Amino acid sequence: MTELHAAHGSSAPSIVTDKPAGFLRRYVFSCDHKTIGLQYFFLALAAALVGIFLSLLMRIHIVWPTATIFGIGRITPESYLGLVTMHGTFMVFFVLTLAPQNAFGNYFLPLQIGAKRMAFPWLNMVAFWLALVSFLIMLAAFFVQGGAPISGWTHYAPLSAIASAGPGQGLGLDLWLVSIAVFCVASGIAAVNFIVTTIKLRAPGMTWMRLPLPCWAWFVTAFLILSAFSVLLAAAVMLFMDRHYGTSFFEPSGLMIAGQMIQHQGGSPLLWQHLFWFFGHPEVYIAILPGMGVTSHLLSTFARKPVFGYRAMVYATIAIGVLGFGIWGHHMFTSGMNPHAAFAFSNLTLAIGVPSAVKMFNWLGTLWGGRLRFTTPMLFSIGFVSLFITGGLTGPILAQPVLDSYLHDTYFVVAHFHLIMGMAAVFAIFAATYFWFPRIFNRMMSEKLGRTHFWLSFLGAYATFVPMHLLGMAGHPRRYSQLTEVNYVYKLAPLQMFISIAAFVTMSAQVLFLVNLFWSIFRGKASTQNPWEATTLEWEPLQEGNPVQHGAYEFGGDYNGKDFQPQSGLL
Amino acid sequence: MRWGDKPKGTELPDSAREEREPRLSGGGTNDRFPSDDHGGDDSGHNEDGRLSYRDRLMRWRLGLGLSMISILMLFIALSSAYMIRQHTVIQSGNGHGVIYWQKLHLPTLLIFNTILLLISSVTLEIARRQLLRRGLLAPLADIPGIQQENSRSLPWLAITVILAIGFLVGQATAWNMLQQEGMFVVGNTSGSFFYVLAGTHAIHLSIGILVLLYALSSEMFSWKLETRCLVVDVTSWYWHFMAVLWIYVYAIMHFSR
Repeated sequence: MTELHAAHGSSAPSIVTDKPAGFLRRYVFSCDHKTIGLQYFFLALAAALVGIFLSLLMRIHIVWPTATIFGIGRITPESYLGLVTMHGTFMVFFVLTLAPQNAFGNYFLPLQIGAKRMAFPWLNMVAFWLALVSFLIMLAAFFVQGGAPISGWTHYAPLSAIASAGPGQGLGLDLWLVSIAVFCVASGIAAVNFIVTTIKLRAPGMTWMRLPLPCWAWFVTAFLILSAFSVLLAAAVMLFMDRHYGTSFFEPSGLMIAGQMIQHQGGSPLLWQHLFWFFGHPEVYIAILPGMGVTSHLLSTFARKPVFGYRAMVYATIAIGVLGFGIWGHHMFTSGMNPHAAFAFSNLTLAIGVPSAVKMFNWLGTLWGGRLRFTTPMLFSIGFVSLFITGGLTGPILAQPVLDSYLHDTYFVVAHFHLIMGMAAVFAIFAATYFWFPRIFNRMMSEKLGRTHFWLSFLGAYATFVPMHLLGMAGHPRRYSQLTEVNYVYKLAPLQMFISIAAFVTMSAQVLFLVNLFWSIFRGKASTQNPWEATTLEWEPLQEGNPVQHGAYEFGGDYNGKDFQPQSGLL
Repeated sequence: MRWGDKPKGTELPDSAREEREPRLSGGGTNDRFPSDDHGGDDSGHNEDGRLSYRDRLMRWRLGLGLSMISILMLFIALSSAYMIRQHTVIQSGNGHGVIYWQKLHLPTLLIFNTILLLISSVTLEIARRQLLRRGLLAPLADIPGIQQENSRSLPWLAITVILAIGFLVGQATAWNMLQQEGMFVVGNTSGSFFYVLAGTHAIHLSIGILVLLYALSSEMFSWKLETRCLVVDVTSWYWHFMAVLWIYVYAIMHFSR
């Protein structure tokens, strides 16, 4: 009978009395990386539900602009912008930055490298609690006077720099800035932890080139977090000062708000864009890189083949991370900046398609000729590949200033980043959840429910976001509450209706996931130690004193009747 | 297996808990430096599972180095914004290009502050070495008849804190002087940048002061010597970084006015 893994939550008893640590110490203020990982996971899940709810309201409003919603009333143009802002904020920060990196990384980085814990367990706990505080402050923005901010998650100046510019731009935006500042600190601490753990706590024999690819992804992503979030913090501080201390970092002179001349002068709205997007572009790579690592891992495991081109995958990950810092200007092609700079940014953006393509072909190469096992995690990983292709192909289109001058701020851009971030990255989160669930809870999730969830989500994702490309090419701008009076947009209304219905179906499909998740935690079928026959250390841990013997993806061949060789060398 | 059951092999070793709380019992001095020569084990653990001082120190230094990257990025963002804005030409109302910039006249008090900070770096370094020396000599205390002298690092730590507070007071005074000359936060971009840059530095220095106070208090309440050495060592690196950062901020302010 194989030994089952420990459930989460083990932590040392207190030294004084030697009885087991109390509930608070074990489950709330735990320094155990597995507990913290789960805490991040459920925080991200809560944020995802908030974000989905906001997008539900948005889609309802787009097709029924005059509808009165139960409990909320009519959605005015300002409140629509509030929905847009907060949907983006919750999804980008609290789902896509926390779940792939902090949730799964905290849980599985130490396990996959053969370490007993993260390098700085107490700091790890502090980072989580700061992230939670940040989330609560962000939620509070809905309930203060004026409500949530309305300048988009990108908060371009001067709209964001003037507190009286609109509802929610006062206290709501202040809370947003404070929340994000706390989030920056939390992310930085967690990133330090990841890097030191990966460098220092690898088990004997776990060389760099034997690391599972998720570990490489978490490692590179941690460097991105370390460098990018500080710039966001700087920008947020300067914006706060513009709003409250009368500085003019971002506010130009000559603005009239509500009949009153604003006293600031000499600021540059373009400076905000530069600072924000210098953070903002690495941020999207932070969101996608861990998902890419998990995808490589799962494709290999379920194709029963080593990762095609492991070394190339490592170098491509690093290349994406490094190059990602140089291409922020492609968000600013229409800002009026120097066209020569636009040329440079455009070329670098096209260049980053190369390592991404390397990864893509390597995924296909991993699948090719494999003995595919179409489990739910595998389906979601293949879904990731598909969505990444679809979403990624519109990247080089938008990377060209000529095309972007038309497509910027249209639904084309919305389609692009939703396919990549909203669907591909989320599919990677789903894949990781289904994959690692047995390791966390000693139970399996329901395959039937999982497959239904996959197909509905996959088809729903395409149905929702591919038509948005058409909207964008027709010239439908984004972030507009209601354009039904505009003739050419009015003609696109049936397409918007189709998208909304597809979105409702896709959102409803997520209920299947929630049901599956929570039901399986308590009533799922019991799992064996290594249900997926994977090779990495979280499934087949090292025995005391033995070093790691192999690379992470020893599939194929015959090892005592099995087609895989665990990294710990045992079978 | 059920939730909460701990299978064997996943417990933290007993001795790993020691690092969190001070030991209350007697029986041998607390001031023991673990010897470093347990090679062969990749993760740096001694036989009883405790991490060697060297490995703990290396981890904390690496962690600090990474945090310094993050803090450096913060200052790079602020200072690059500063340098770009200096040369940004903005179209004013009457069609002429205008640069909204007023030259900063940095008070000479700032030079005095810089010297204070550098001296505090030196005193902290002295404190660190005193503590290290004490730690190296700690095993000798087992020999009957030999007693360790009182801590020599404590006064140096206290002096560092005093100098640092002096620096902060000097910064506040320099701000006041600038405001009296009409260089406010408001209405003048170069002034705003000065306050943001110097203010951010002051906030980070205050964090350093808090950590120093923590080191001071651990010095006085006899926590494990190893932990004290670690805290002071890591803090001193952070401190030198803060001093270099201040020189960078000052140099930028001075040379690209």
